[in-house]
Amino acid sequence: MSVRRSPRTVEGLLPSPEPVRFVAEDGTAVEPPAGYAEPTGEHLMEAYRRMVLGRRFDRQATALTKQGRLAVYPSSRGQEACQIAGVLALREDDWLFPTYRDSVALVSRGLDPVEVLTLLRGGWHCGYDPAATRVAPQCTPLATQTIHAVGMADALRRKGEDGVVMAFIGDGGTSEGDFHEALNYAAVLRAPVVFLVQNNKYAISVPLAKQSAAPALAYKGIGYGIPSEQVDGNDLVAVLSVLDAAVAHARTGGGPFLVEAHTYRMDPHTNADDPTRYRESQEVEQWESADPLARLETYLRGRGLLGAEDVAAAHKAAEEYAARLRDAMNADPEADPFELFDHVFAEPTPQLNEQRALLASELTARED
Amino acid sequence: MTATTPNASMSMAQALNAALRDALREDERVLVFGEDVGPLGGVFRVTDGLTKEFGEERCFDTPLAEAGIVGLAVGLAMGGFRPVIEMQFDAFAYPAFEQIASHVAKLRNRTRGRLSLPIVIRIPYAGGIGGVEHHCDSSEAYYAHTPGLKVVTPATADDAYWLLRDAIADPDPVIFMEPKRLYWSKEETSTADRRAAGFGRAAVRREGRDATLVAYGPSVPVALQAAEAAAQDGLSLEVVDLRTIVPFDDETVVASVRRTGRCVVIQEAQGFAGVGAEIAARVQERCFHSLAAPVLRVTGFDIPYPPPILEHSHLPDVDRVLDAVDRLQFDDEPDLLHLTREAS
Repeated sequence: MSVRRSPRTVEGLLPSPEPVRFVAEDGTAVEPPAGYAEPTGEHLMEAYRRMVLGRRFDRQATALTKQGRLAVYPSSRGQEACQIAGVLALREDDWLFPTYRDSVALVSRGLDPVEVLTLLRGGWHCGYDPAATRVAPQCTPLATQTIHAVGMADALRRKGEDGVVMAFIGDGGTSEGDFHEALNYAAVLRAPVVFLVQNNKYAISVPLAKQSAAPALAYKGIGYGIPSEQVDGNDLVAVLSVLDAAVAHARTGGGPFLVEAHTYRMDPHTNADDPTRYRESQEVEQWESADPLARLETYLRGRGLLGAEDVAAAHKAAEEYAARLRDAMNADPEADPFELFDHVFAEPTPQLNEQRALLASELTARED
Repeated sequence: MTATTPNASMSMAQALNAALRDALREDERVLVFGEDVGPLGGVFRVTDGLTKEFGEERCFDTPLAEAGIVGLAVGLAMGGFRPVIEMQFDAFAYPAFEQIASHVAKLRNRTRGRLSLPIVIRIPYAGGIGGVEHHCDSSEAYYAHTPGLKVVTPATADDAYWLLRDAIADPDPVIFMEPKRLYWSKEETSTADRRAAGFGRAAVRREGRDATLVAYGPSVPVALQAAEAAAQDGLSLEVVDLRTIVPFDDETVVASVRRTGRCVVIQEAQGFAGVGAEIAARVQERCFHSLAAPVLRVTGFDIPYPPPILEHSHLPDVDRVLDAVDRLQFDDEPDLLHLTREAS
């Protein structure tokens, strides 16, 4: 099912000239490029349920910012095909290195949504256990996590594990130096890592045309000797197929793989952003018609895999999930001010102990 | 496992090499990597022979990209390894600063202690070797100012060995700053295992009663020479070698200054907002009633590092230290009045 791509020839490195696509915007099947296999119906149904849930989670999180329950939320509405396919392509023992916009992927991987939102509600910087979940802390500096992913992939190889690491990054992030160092290191070390660029067309307000003059961001792989592919990022079937192939390539000793998924950020950068200052509403409306969830639903109905009951069940589960999240987020997060000193070092320095005592006296004085 | 503990004939570079060798031998999780650290053995030969003995899996050359070296170490440490990485020169570590300040220093804290990064970042630093620009920066303050990093700098070959062993064994990231001009100095070294004895503890290198000189790294030999010269004039100076800037050993420094009543802080780095300023403030806050004179600093000037032909004008030397000692208001103390007059 994997496409064997040789990093030793230019042809083996180049992405297909057009993004790989299995399903057209109207939900009808199109002929994909040779070598890519369609995921099983079971896999696609699982993806559908997760997309419904992911979108509901995303909407709920945006609503929580309006209620003051979340300090900030960078929505990934419109990018669910990338978020869900990225997670579905990985095994439980694989690692994921996400950015701040990838909360939907994290909850789809089964992480507790309250723990995922801990960063964004201001409770602590990372609410979940990266070692237990094999998900690195969501990264807010741009592209720095991509080189960590390479290091982790090299660690897995050294330990004789056949795990794969996937690093998420956005279009803006591919301009950062760390992304290029990560690609180069990954190729030189032949690390089992897959880079998924979610090209959502905007880095906050800066459009892709001002970000890069490359014919596609996927071409950034070739200079480093990394086979690359571009895919319609709103076509779940295509993203999953391409990522399955990329992960298989990395897992079987082929080294790194770069995938660019063409998608669109439907919502503002965060709830604090005003996109009317930099993009036309007409453009957003056009992308509504390319919606990844509607497209998958139409496709699965057309193939007779998805019935009205399945749709209703998926939405019911998503509503229940959102209700539980809403309730859980109603309570203020608990915070112990003395924890501020607990994780600077394994053992606090004498100076940190003095500062802890100072804070204790301040808190006591405030109580009096 | 018998360690190749340092002996009297070792230079600091050789002692560091021995420490890396012993750490690689004792713990298979230890990895050494950086630019030119493989077959060449590093530009200062600190990693000499390690690739030959342990293979390319354990000691390897990386592509030339410092953020990549540090970022790779972060991922490897998350995956259970203990990277000991080399930045080739002080100023060439700056491309990695984001990785160090935003990730290396913070990962334990970000994850509430669920992840830790036992990484040692070795940085040859400071001047005095006639290096051209960008090869002689004293960059310790950047790291010392960053919570979550330990900052270590040895002044003797013996300390170089044991502090590096301690740094590699430490559960937290350590910026290990190696004074370039001391790489080739040979000193009396002991073979007794004193792991952890010096980590976080300053050393009194010379006892004295009239004033305390606080120094670290490349400035320690300068302080010792100044103390020797002052002794000729009948002045007894104590020399404290910090060894670790972070954690800072308030206890040893404060005990010394309370005893002597006077203090000069010496650093090779430019003075403004430097480590010496922090030390002077700490001493003043803790020893005010014991001080007979203001705490003085002897530092480099607030200039970009000079070209080699002028570096001797910039670097604190024995005379600059003794001038500061002269300004410690010994004139106000009758019992020492005759000594300073004789000296001038």
